[in-house]
Amino acid sequence: MVMGRTLDTRERVTRLLQRTGFDAGPDAVDAAERSGFDATLDRVLATARDPGADLTPVPRLGPLPPRSAKAEERLEKRKGRNGRPRGTPGGEESDGARDSDGARATEGSGDPDGARDPDDEPSAGASASAETGAGAETGDGTGDGAGADPVRKKFRQALKQQREEVTLWWLDRMVAAEHPWEEKRTLLWHNHWATSIQKVKSGAAMLRQNETLRRLGGGDFRALARAMVVDPALMVWLDADGSTAKAPNENLARELMELFVLGVGNYTEADVREAAAALTGWTLDRNAHPWESRFQPRRHDPAPRTVVGEKAGFTALTLVDHLVSLPDSRAHVAGRMWRALVSNENKPSEAALARIVAAYGERRDSTALFRALFTDEAFADADNVLVKQPIEYVVGSLRAFGVRPSELPEKVRGQLLTRTLAGLGQVPFAPESVGGWPAGAAWLTTAAAQVRIGFAQGLVRRADLSDVEDASAKERPELLARKLGVGRWGDTTRAVLTAAARDPRHVTAVALTAPEHLVLS
Amino acid sequence: MDTWTRRKFLTTSGVIGGAALAAGVTAWGVDELLATGSGGPDADASTLVLVTLYGGNDGLNTLVPAADSHYRDLRGDLAYGEDEVLALGEGLGLNPGLKGMKKLWDEKRLAVVRGVSYPKPDHSHFRSMAIWQTASPSGPVPSGWLGRWLDHAGGGDPLKGVSVGATLPPLMAGETTAGAAVRLGGRALPDAWRRTCAELSRVGEDAHPLLKRAGTSLADLTEVVSAFGGEKEPDSQDPNEPRDEDEGNEGASAGGQGQLGAQLDVVARAIEAGVSTRAYSVSLGGFDTHANEKATQSRLLGQLDADLGRFMERVRKTEAGRKVVVAVYSEFGRRPKANASQGTDHGTSGPVFVLGEPVKGGFYGDQPSLASLTDDDLRTTTDFRDVYATLLRNVLDTDPAKILDGHDRTLAFL
Repeated sequence: MVMGRTLDTRERVTRLLQRTGFDAGPDAVDAAERSGFDATLDRVLATARDPGADLTPVPRLGPLPPRSAKAEERLEKRKGRNGRPRGTPGGEESDGARDSDGARATEGSGDPDGARDPDDEPSAGASASAETGAGAETGDGTGDGAGADPVRKKFRQALKQQREEVTLWWLDRMVAAEHPWEEKRTLLWHNHWATSIQKVKSGAAMLRQNETLRRLGGGDFRALARAMVVDPALMVWLDADGSTAKAPNENLARELMELFVLGVGNYTEADVREAAAALTGWTLDRNAHPWESRFQPRRHDPAPRTVVGEKAGFTALTLVDHLVSLPDSRAHVAGRMWRALVSNENKPSEAALARIVAAYGERRDSTALFRALFTDEAFADADNVLVKQPIEYVVGSLRAFGVRPSELPEKVRGQLLTRTLAGLGQVPFAPESVGGWPAGAAWLTTAAAQVRIGFAQGLVRRADLSDVEDASAKERPELLARKLGVGRWGDTTRAVLTAAARDPRHVTAVALTAPEHLVLS
Repeated sequence: MDTWTRRKFLTTSGVIGGAALAAGVTAWGVDELLATGSGGPDADASTLVLVTLYGGNDGLNTLVPAADSHYRDLRGDLAYGEDEVLALGEGLGLNPGLKGMKKLWDEKRLAVVRGVSYPKPDHSHFRSMAIWQTASPSGPVPSGWLGRWLDHAGGGDPLKGVSVGATLPPLMAGETTAGAAVRLGGRALPDAWRRTCAELSRVGEDAHPLLKRAGTSLADLTEVVSAFGGEKEPDSQDPNEPRDEDEGNEGASAGGQGQLGAQLDVVARAIEAGVSTRAYSVSLGGFDTHANEKATQSRLLGQLDADLGRFMERVRKTEAGRKVVVAVYSEFGRRPKANASQGTDHGTSGPVFVLGEPVKGGFYGDQPSLASLTDDDLRTTTDFRDVYATLLRNVLDTDPAKILDGHDRTLAFL
């Protein structure tokens, strides 16, 4: 790889702060420049108490209410028989707290769309769970006329409510965090083990996964992978729940190898099938709250299986141990993190990859991996520009202007956060696919530009612009560059900003829309 | 800037990004394509609407060999009975959700191309979709087939190829031209902002390519907004809002959008307005049916059928709309044998549907046999490039060999 210009210290620490967080405000950059790159990196990677994060505690979500009148009816029957709700295999309907929770969802959401378009899934999976007696989801909708079904309406409102609550919480924490690396790192792992609430539905399961990614995201990748392979949200997302020895489900096995641990080209189709057999036997207890995964030996295939060169009677955990120990796994994880943190387009040189993989090492130390990425000479190469992901763009903009999502009125929140992120194509907890979100130039579309302008216009109405107002019109373009962590405006942008500088709101909105704010230079 | 080429950044989008770079393949020369000249807009031009079904639609339960005893043996409870499917002849019937398609078939406006895939099918969603979108059978290359068509025939106009949605699929990324991504809904920009965007888009020549691309997105915006208006249709929910309803949920892990109907509404409005776009990309996700497949797939196919039916009804009322050809494909079919979760795992070939007034209805290609599977998977009987070549030649008036690395074999459905 031909090296481009090497960044100077200020540019380098700016890049570090932006890529390990969401912004690079003037005070932080000044301080980082004074203490130097290495000390800044140490500080960023150190685990420290974060008062900002402490102010944004994880929401406590109730279980989902029953999904349909039929499900509720069955539950009522059981209640009558047993005096209290009893666990039934595979039913969200089986939780006693549902009524109060459902009522809260109804009051809180006020959703005009709630009664719209009752698309249904009649008896999905009912036969699977009947046959196996546990595990598989009973998506027993009621078919025609479900739009008038108040139980179903309540269920859908609860879904919407949970989805909004988890999204708002995480965005709020990203904005509030004083040491944003933990949030950024969790976002990276969320993109890696991409799981969507769209299918999982349970906000509690998604929050539990988020906590796992957060807790284990800086340590041994094996511990993370072991937790994730039996993570309830991931299990639902990849249909691992209810896979049996008789006819294994390949979904989790394939994505574990292709995306999470090994990478395309490092395994065969036969390996996928053998691994699928090894993963059988795990089911989900949906009566627990949050959901729990459980191993059921009777459903597991204990026969020795050959997976990527090793024959053993694998379980889910020993399979993970084997896969993460392979050299290809180390290169795969390093490569994915390189694309997210260094360059999505320029591959690491062989020497750089070898150095990073060596740092990650036999102990699969994620923090050592990140440190190696940030200290690689490519990280100081001006050419290695990244496109800001929509979450980075939105969170960074909110941080720059001191706007806390949780303090916005509900309607503004919907407009400024929910619609913007959905319009840009990146909503937390809802990655586009198991492969995560698109990256790079895919974000730089006309559709996205239109959304960003709407966001910029909305944000300046809510932002604290006192320092922009206090500055003279002449100083405003430079002040905005510093606030947004932009090294320098290009000549064209500077001219546009200068022309708009008399109006503090307008000049700020233009700065938020400028190409220089859309990339991490 | 030596390490950077425009090709690289234009094409490192979406699912292909990582794969294309990892493969490091460069199959197309910019000059070679540009040297072939370009055609201007044509009042009589026909329009292609490409529908991508993300997740690997189960072809065997879409075009169903219901009478075949092997089918019932392999599928168990997932199998449709002969009396359930909409019979097309030759022992095949459409999924009961595809009533509108059956009507088109009866009117001889639906071509069903059978057994479509490429040699040595890849079972990864992302690699296989990249191969389909780049039309490169041996492995993904860094540009999409409609992107290369834009390079070749679009004259650098992003409006010639339009994708509906937030991000640009690799399909529409060429080497010198990227199609425009048009947003659903939204308000028109005030003139002052359009002027500002036009100015902001003039990023310096020596700037980083990604910065230039960021500028271009603002420049395209002014063109696209003026061509597509930007008026929101009354009473329509903003389709950019996340969906909270309880749908699309069993097979959602492999990407794609919902709201196909809303995407097609944008296309219909553009066609009615006489926009110069020749190729549109829309998508529907949720076909990754590893569990509880039957209900999920039939609901999705029903949605596809209803949305396409409504679209065809609408556009056939205009001169330009009668020249619209719709093609529907997915990255692979699924394993003939069902798994324990009442679903199916990743497989190989599947049918491609082509519909519209100019289409010569009927079967094309052979139905893969269930009696002789390869590694438990269906065989391929039709090269996917034959389908693309036909669309390029007969809808987009372009020599397919120039886009498909010399491949120019076409089928008779147009």
